[in-house]
Amino acid sequence: MERKFICIRCPQGCEIITTLDGHGVITELTGNSCKLGPEYVKQEISDPRRTLTTTVMVEGGTHPLCPVWSEKPVPKDRVMELAAALRGIKLNAPVEINQIVLANALGTGINVIASRSIHGGI
Amino acid sequence: MNKTYDVIIIGAGPAGLAAAIEAKKTGAKDVLIIERNDEPGGILLQCIHNGFGSVLFKKDLPGPAYAYNFITEAKQLGIEMLFDTMVLDITASRKIYATNSHEGFLEFDAKAIVLAMGCRERTRGQIRIPGTRPAGVFTAGMVQRLVNIEGLMPGKNFVILGSGDIGMIMARRLTIEGAKVIKVVELMPYLTGLRRNYVQCLQDFNIQLSLSTTIKRIIGKNRVEAVETVKVDDCLNPVAGTEEMIDCDSILLSIGLIPENELSKKSGVQLDPLTGGPIVDENMATNVAGIFSAGNVVTIYDLVDYVSKAGFIAGKNAAMYAAGQTAVKKYVEVKAGDGIRTVIPQKISVERGLVPLSNEVLFEMRVTKEYPSKISVDLMDGVNVIASHKEKYARPAEMITMKVDWNDLTTKLSKDTAGLVVKIS
Ligand SMILES: Cc1cc2nc3c(=O)[nH]c(=O)nc-3n(C[C@H](O)[C@H](O)[C@H](O)COP(=O)(O)OP(=O)(O)OC[C@H]3O[C@@H](n4cnc5c(N)ncnc54)[C@H](O)[C@@H]3O)c2cc1C
Ligand code: SF4
Repeated sequence: MERKFICIRCPQGCEIITTLDGHGVITELTGNSCKLGPEYVKQEISDPRRTLTTTVMVEGGTHPLCPVWSEKPVPKDRVMELAAALRGIKLNAPVEINQIVLANALGTGINVIASRSIHGGI
Repeated sequence: MNKTYDVIIIGAGPAGLAAAIEAKKTGAKDVLIIERNDEPGGILLQCIHNGFGSVLFKKDLPGPAYAYNFITEAKQLGIEMLFDTMVLDITASRKIYATNSHEGFLEFDAKAIVLAMGCRERTRGQIRIPGTRPAGVFTAGMVQRLVNIEGLMPGKNFVILGSGDIGMIMARRLTIEGAKVIKVVELMPYLTGLRRNYVQCLQDFNIQLSLSTTIKRIIGKNRVEAVETVKVDDCLNPVAGTEEMIDCDSILLSIGLIPENELSKKSGVQLDPLTGGPIVDENMATNVAGIFSAGNVVTIYDLVDYVSKAGFIAGKNAAMYAAGQTAVKKYVEVKAGDGIRTVIPQKISVERGLVPLSNEVLFEMRVTKEYPSKISVDLMDGVNVIASHKEKYARPAEMITMKVDWNDLTTKLSKDTAGLVVKIS
């Protein structure tokens, strides 16, 4: 079976064409420009993951929201669940960049961290 | 008395921050950035998604985290920054007039200037969508700001016009925040943004994309109530009978960015009608002596990494100009040939006193149409191929960067060349 992928590991977005045998094992792979391509495809077949970026509320800061991201990609089918969990979180200013906002998110072992600092308001 | 700065940079986005950092490192003593926002970072502050830094840092960072590296370095280097301040006018003799609410009218002198004002979004008026003028029609960048910075959700059911990156990224963002994105419609027969964004922003969330489709009419009295879409043919003319009504309360326009050059024009900087930005050489110098330019104000980039690189070059050369190093003596023009829509730089110095940042000349180009298989981008001097660059395919949505060594280029260049041309073969 032939399956096409667009690698999302970098902005180049290589189109990768793979041939899979009956057990989902890759027998042929073309189109990648670097070694991350095959790695992406393998991951995408066995356990697709995505980085979640969103915002959480901040109390007493110069801005009402702080942008956050999952330090590593989380299972794709849990992205919306994680976004919902983060909607319930409220931070207190000041927030430091890389500060852990939610540790071991949904038990995945992955932390959600702040992608900027928010100073305390006046 | 006005304070004279070695280098003044307009705009504290990634281009301006990089320029300031490199100007300071090159030896400029007084470096000032003037920024109309209340903090540095530019558009990156609202681009909370990851996808930044793959070239410079080999990392996949969110926009604010990418900016943070540069903001921190600029602060450590003691670069002065003036916020909440709008530059109103620049003259060819490098006077800058600005205003802010706490000091009023301000005047500065600069030995060199770097223009780094970024871009603005195309709006409904520029593409003339017929219909009523209800509330609920937004540009994608504006909604990005509302949702990601202000924490406001401006609608419930969205239709997005344009498959550019901002549109697709906002389709995902709105979905994550609980709004419904019904469809993305794109006039062209191809995706105008990056394919990785199609995968992770539309496909992942089952958002439908209709190519060769546009909005025929907006319906609604006070607020948008529906849109009528229509298919277009190869010549982009509407095809009768293909109309479709979609109920929605909001329309997001992601229909392109335009370099922000009102100020550039006032100072006598010449613009390229194809890019919409200043005509620059490989040092990011404009036609006005001492005025340099970098980032989205020059041409719309896909990747911030190359914006920062251009900023470094502009900052370095601005500092050297301020220190009195001699300028370029002779140029050859660079023109877009077959298959190339835009190219920067539009001219290359062939005799120069300025020592560039490195001998690396970066040509940034966009093609006119889709090339599905292997192409070669050739830099020709009329007779010979000076440099060649291979791509597996090319799409108008993806900028092509070609690196050429300046020494190599000038050595190979025929003495009586009428100019350089980049073309696809
Ligand atoms: C939605 C979106 C998604 C993107 N996604 C990616 C991505 O995934 N990966 C990637 O690498 N790149 C991405 N980019 C591209 C990247 O963000 C831009 O190329 C880059 O930010 C441009 O930087 P700049 O410094 O030229 O402009 P800007 O960041 O726009 O900065 C210009 C600054 O100048 C200031 N200014 C303008 N006029 C004046 C004036 N008259 N007086 C004072 N100040 C002024 C503005 O306030 C602003 O702060 C994306 C861009 C957008 C819009
Ligand atoms: S294969 Fe490599 S170059 Fe191609 S998109 Fe993936 S990471 Fe980028």
